[in-house]
Amino acid sequence: MRRYFGRKLFTYLITFFVAATIDWMIPRFMPGDPVAGLVSQTNGISPTAAQALADYYYKLFGLKESLPAQYLNFWNSLLHGNLGLSVYGHGTPVTDMIMAAVPYTLALLIPAILLSWWAGNTFGALAARRKWLDNTVLPVGYILTATPYMWLALVLSFVLAFSLRLFPLSGGYGFNLEPTLTWLFFTDLVAHWVLPFLSLFLVMFGGWAIGMRNMIIYELESDYSRYLETLGAPQSLVRKYAFRNAMLPQITGLALQLGVIVAGALVTEIVFSYPGVGHLVFAAIQSEDYFLLQGIFMFIIIGVLLANFIVDIVYVIVDPRTRVAMRGGTA
Amino acid sequence: MTAATDATTKPSPVVDDAAKVPTAPARRARGEFLFFALRSKKFLISVAILLVLMCVAILGPIIDPTNPLAQAGLPMRHPTLDPGNWFGTTYFGEDVFAQFANGLRASFFVGLLGGGLGAAIGMIIGFVAGYRGGWIDEILNMVTNVFLVIPTLAVLLVITSYLQARGVMFEAIFIGFTSWPWAARAIRAQTFSLRSRDFIDLAKLSGRSGWKVIVFEIAPNMSSYLFLTYILLFGGAILIAASLDFIGLGPTGGMSLGLMMYNAVTWAALQLGIWWWFIPPGIGIIALVGALYVMNVGLDEIFSPKLREL
Repeated sequence: MRRYFGRKLFTYLITFFVAATIDWMIPRFMPGDPVAGLVSQTNGISPTAAQALADYYYKLFGLKESLPAQYLNFWNSLLHGNLGLSVYGHGTPVTDMIMAAVPYTLALLIPAILLSWWAGNTFGALAARRKWLDNTVLPVGYILTATPYMWLALVLSFVLAFSLRLFPLSGGYGFNLEPTLTWLFFTDLVAHWVLPFLSLFLVMFGGWAIGMRNMIIYELESDYSRYLETLGAPQSLVRKYAFRNAMLPQITGLALQLGVIVAGALVTEIVFSYPGVGHLVFAAIQSEDYFLLQGIFMFIIIGVLLANFIVDIVYVIVDPRTRVAMRGGTA
Repeated sequence: MTAATDATTKPSPVVDDAAKVPTAPARRARGEFLFFALRSKKFLISVAILLVLMCVAILGPIIDPTNPLAQAGLPMRHPTLDPGNWFGTTYFGEDVFAQFANGLRASFFVGLLGGGLGAAIGMIIGFVAGYRGGWIDEILNMVTNVFLVIPTLAVLLVITSYLQARGVMFEAIFIGFTSWPWAARAIRAQTFSLRSRDFIDLAKLSGRSGWKVIVFEIAPNMSSYLFLTYILLFGGAILIAASLDFIGLGPTGGMSLGLMMYNAVTWAALQLGIWWWFIPPGIGIIALVGALYVMNVGLDEIFSPKLREL
């Protein structure tokens, strides 16, 4: 057990190290000078003032030091949770801005991932071996997986919010409300949450349904299923075994898809101006706020790594074979 | 999206040795392929959709050479109003069809180049890791696992945000360099299972170098699998590019389907009800990527005898 998780943790630590190094390298080795870009944002200042401003920025970001020293400084501030100040937030620490946005993103992502995974697996398993259901679930599933997240968000927003006025068009809560612990605010929050959640849920649902359908068909044709059938086991029992076996790749699939899912959440939030991390990314790009963008990058990495680790733990709980192998390995 | 997962998790069938021996058996294998291909509804439908889209992407801008970025009519015109702008016009009076056809062209380009580059890198790493084994495999596997976890879009966001002028070409190259890990992992697993076969041992005994064994013995025996991997990378690259363009990091001075949606959202197409601005690019992407995914499944059924429905 310790060996298994030790190995996993080691990989994740290396991943974090590589990601952080990429984060540090990109602004320093990309063509172009971000400081020049920052200075050019302030219009109509004299060349001497521009030079002074550039010098100030170079000193502020420590860009005139040697590269190894810059790298050490970077890690030092990263481990202290200091990701710099945001231009877009008028000097607010980047960490604070991201922390304010993360709850909204998680409130979208966690229910959407869990519910779509559950619903997709259920429908996919039902669709396998039922001709009429298969003929509807499969094409719908393929269309949904090929749908770009933002497009479904746009269509839902256009039909349900703009045309039918069933839901609010954008934002995390009404412009006339302040975040308080009241019933009114809560219902407003939920009304704004439904459409972004729904568009994330639907796209993911298609993928899980197709995956499960294919896996179940594969499992039902394998030797152990055939053997059970010839022994005269009821169909429901065979399907139960097939479902449990088919679920394992779906769990691994969840870990592999996390990056795509997070990307989907980012663009969905942009469509609805939902005040999560995606909206922050959009704002950071619009105002060329590199600190904010790089801070968000680090946050996404940490989030994805944590989620991967949770999936690893779930896998060990669900699959008895991994546990047996571990016990055999230590005994 | 699970199509990608499928490729990595599903134990894919290996094509029979007949495919690599030249002359008569090869001809028979080709005939067999055609025999099953022409009976696969999935394959035929997806190929038809892809051909139509390809015609629009290649011929569209030639037949209708309207500049997608120039004003070509009155602003915000409904598709039914002007015969010259039969997809309608944008907030600025640009022709939506010209944008659509040029955007589709960019999507094909990103898929071909980005997917191809991703497949090439994945193949090199997968083949070397699976064939060599030992410590080289350990290192390459570690590298693959590290890059597998890092979200592609997050890296692309940080990289492209520093570029002042962005082109479709660079976008495709960056996507290729970040989308290979799952392909490398899948190809490594396949190579691993082929490595201990008798005909590989024979090739090694005959004194062929490692590279020759990989290129002439291993790769041809999983050529169908490699092609399926490329199709999935093709579709994936198009979706990633669309997201990247939609966030605001699309080609500067060019046109793409993601950029159309970005412009539509930025210029309040939702609030103004200009649905014909953002509906076509989405339909184009769904048709293109969906057809690729369905073709992947259809080809899988054609290539592997186990999955054939007779």
